Amino acid sequence: MSEVAVSTHGVGHNNPPKGLLRWITTTNHKDIGTLYLVLSLIMFFVAGTMALVIRTELFEPGKVLVDPEFFNQMTTLHGLIMVFGVIMPALAGLANWMVPLMIGAPDMAFPRLNNWSFWILPFAFTLLISTLFMTGPAPDFGWTFYAPLSTTYGPKSTDYFILSIHLMGISSILASLNIVVTIFNMRAPGMKWFEMPIFIWGWLVTGFLLLAVMPVLAGCVTMMLMDRHFHTSFFNAAGGGDPVLFQHIFWFFGHPEVYILILPGFGIISAVIQTFSRKRLFGYHAMVYATVVIAILAFAVWMHHMFVTGAPLGAQLFFMYTTMLVAVPTGIKVFNWIATLYKGSITFETPMLFALGFLILFTIGGFSGLMLSIAPSDYQYRDSYFVVAHFHYVLVSGSLFTLFAGIYYWLPKWTGRMYNETLGQLHFWLTAISMNLTFFPMHFLGLAGMPRRIPDYALQFTDFNQIASIGAFIFGFSQLIFLYILFRACILRRGEQAPAKPWDGAHGLEWSVPSPAPYHTFDTPPKVVPAEAH
Amino acid sequence: MIYALILTQLAFILRLTFMQSWWRNAIAVLVTLLLPLPAVAASIWNMPKGVTPISHQIYDIHMITFYVCCAIGVVVFGALFYSIIRYRRSKSPTAANFHEHLWVEIAWTVIPVLILIALAIPATLLLKQIHNTQASSLQIKITGYQWKWKYEYLDEGISFFSNLTTPKDQIEGAAAKGEHYLLEVDNEMVVPTKQKIKLLVTSNDVIHDWWVPELGVKQDGIPGYINENWVYIDEPGTYRGQCGELCGVYHGFMPVVVKAVPQAEFNQWVAAHQTVKQQKAAAKAKAKQEAADKPPEKMTKAALLAIGKPKYQATCGMCHQANGQGLPPTFPALKGSPVATGPVGKNIDILLHGVSGTAMQAFGEQLDDETLASIITYVRDAWGNGEVNQKAGHAIEVQPSEIANARKE
Ligand code: HEC
Ligand SMILES: [Cu+2]
Repeated sequence: MSEVAVSTHGVGHNNPPKGLLRWITTTNHKDIGTLYLVLSLIMFFVAGTMALVIRTELFEPGKVLVDPEFFNQMTTLHGLIMVFGVIMPALAGLANWMVPLMIGAPDMAFPRLNNWSFWILPFAFTLLISTLFMTGPAPDFGWTFYAPLSTTYGPKSTDYFILSIHLMGISSILASLNIVVTIFNMRAPGMKWFEMPIFIWGWLVTGFLLLAVMPVLAGCVTMMLMDRHFHTSFFNAAGGGDPVLFQHIFWFFGHPEVYILILPGFGIISAVIQTFSRKRLFGYHAMVYATVVIAILAFAVWMHHMFVTGAPLGAQLFFMYTTMLVAVPTGIKVFNWIATLYKGSITFETPMLFALGFLILFTIGGFSGLMLSIAPSDYQYRDSYFVVAHFHYVLVSGSLFTLFAGIYYWLPKWTGRMYNETLGQLHFWLTAISMNLTFFPMHFLGLAGMPRRIPDYALQFTDFNQIASIGAFIFGFSQLIFLYILFRACILRRGEQAPAKPWDGAHGLEWSVPSPAPYHTFDTPPKVVPAEAH
Repeated sequence: MIYALILTQLAFILRLTFMQSWWRNAIAVLVTLLLPLPAVAASIWNMPKGVTPISHQIYDIHMITFYVCCAIGVVVFGALFYSIIRYRRSKSPTAANFHEHLWVEIAWTVIPVLILIALAIPATLLLKQIHNTQASSLQIKITGYQWKWKYEYLDEGISFFSNLTTPKDQIEGAAAKGEHYLLEVDNEMVVPTKQKIKLLVTSNDVIHDWWVPELGVKQDGIPGYINENWVYIDEPGTYRGQCGELCGVYHGFMPVVVKAVPQAEFNQWVAAHQTVKQQKAAAKAKAKQEAADKPPEKMTKAALLAIGKPKYQATCGMCHQANGQGLPPTFPALKGSPVATGPVGKNIDILLHGVSGTAMQAFGEQLDDETLASIITYVRDAWGNGEVNQKAGHAIEVQPSEIANARKE
């Protein structure tokens, strides 16, 4: 620990270098956190635009704007970028900013590695997005890139895709390693495991999940590369390989990945709900155990994505039961949050609105998840819009809403300015209403038999698709309000001056430093008073 | 029985959660409001009930799960809204100070587990039935191709392809869309009602997925695998579905249409198919006999082109486009293609055997000699290819006999 403190001191001046060089060479956790968040914001608008292309094409039957080939590229890149380019970097950005502040550490454990983990990403996404400007299609096989569509039949740009996945994987592995080591070794003296904020627990567990599954993803795309160029046949039936093996490997990564995307968010929600109900989190221990149980179950449910691949009865039953079990720890979390609200003294600032929005939408997503877990019904739901509705309910709420909640919550700490509350509330209401307008009708579409990933559809699906498209445009343009709010607080530096602790109900070390947080914090470790920690 | 079990559990939760009686009344009102839902649950809002015993049971289990979710939702959202309304700051200036309660934690762990067990039991039983493909009276092998389905009736010796028939004009908005836009095919899969039919689903290229909601069947067709499922259709009718797994550019354009007819009508259909097949075989044998006697009669170029053009548009147009420009580089242009303007042998070879590992299929298995000869002639003649071939001294016309010879090699 002392070594780390020395090394950050070595590079650290209170006045960082000016200009571009500061951002390229920085090893400061706050700078790197900001970089991650900015990248994520840019990618959010890129992938969001793609979603609007998709929704435009689906506004009515027949060709509207793009041909099927480009449509497939849009669905693929929208998914990949939202997952790897928006949510994961945003979570890493929050971890960089907040983990040291919340555990009272001066910086991350490996500051130089930290710089590298971030700076790999812009290259990864440049590679991925550049495929749109090449001759020949960009990756067009869905974000799940099933073989053999992505191997034997994949476009030439698939190799760019493989390389960019490799880069993202390296970045994630390094970042999560850094976070895990920081949490293990750099907590302020006296902060015991069960005194860490739930956000820290969430990221700790997420870190382990990432370390476990990103190498699997790397292995998966490496096998693809081998199949494509080095005459192996891992996934090629004609060569004695097995296309279903691909799905096993992919979902062994893919399912934990889903929890990677939401566990840190659970932590944000726990913080926000206790702050704005001015009451300690109900069932802290249960929350921690539930997080760990979800993470363990994550490794035992992957085949529920493969119920219609001809899996044998025994396997289907096993994975149906384990999947249903996920509802238990998730339910515990929801119940505990509600019990935290119960008998609190609640106010509804923007972070709280997003947290409550999350609670409702995530529960709805949980319901459709429970329905999907029932294997016989899954025969009807699988690969339909019902699934699209389900995962947007859990991800838009579990990741996006929690991120919004976290950003509004900590923005005063980062910028020293209060965001504009009226605009924040407007952003929430527009986002929440349009989100439901977009994704709720998709439940009906899926149940009525509309497959996902189709650029054109039969006439009976028209009405709901039009509602969804209108909702999507409102959703998309509402995000410009968010952009303006950030612009106003970060660039224009307008808004009320924020005190060190802008929320009267907040607890935790991050509120003990001034706002905006100085470039270096906790050079000398703070003293942890048990009740402060969570 | 399961229903009763669930309901008693729910009543239990309700009692536990809400002690005040006006809340119970409020919930009673909500539940009665929700109950008429099945009435509105028409096809466009919900999963179709379908026409097979399995689809009925799937529907039931889907609805049970849905109602269980609704009930849980009433409890959870009730508690949530009660808390945020009752304990907003203006009504509750200071927060209480409790943050743990072991028995409550145990209760909301155990009760969900019980609900899940109650749901898992019927699901397990139904899943067992879905997997029981035994005692079927008819076997149909279904093979997905990039962007059509092939149906083979294994015991009847019938085999055909099923292609989308929606005209391009409708897709591009140049013509009004028909009633079954994108859900119509040239050859439906005809099956008898009230028979257990075994489906063997596989694929020739990428993963496809054979899905008809009203039959309650969705099964992936995976190259190298043969997946089994089955249907037993109660009512005659035409049932429409689509490919469920992203399978490339025209994934949205490979519908599944199943026509269920009474057994007698099905028998006629089989007989008609077999007669046609026999006639064809006889004609072929006769032609062979005659060919042995005198040199084969040549088809004129005009005759070849007359057959070739429409067949090209139906079979090849999706990829290489009607104007021969293709969608390069995924689907090469045939206009000016080195193959279509090169030696004729290579051209026949590609059409017969396809290019393995690409979307270009082996059409030798799908088309007869005359059709292949006509399509090749058309491709070698159209879009200016004719002139190029002429200059280079390559043949334009291809006779069915040449295809027959090439097949032998
Ligand atoms: C499912 C899409 C698809 C269909 C349908 C299809 N092709 Fe192809 N075709 C391809 C692809 C892809 C290639 C390129 C193969 C390769 O990479 O060499 C190709 C290549 C060819 C070539 C060689 C072109 C060259 O310059 O190398 C010819 C000739 C051809 N197809 C003719 C036809 C004809 C005639 C039909 C109709 C009977 C047809 N194709 C139907 C996808 C298709
Ligand atoms: Cu398909």
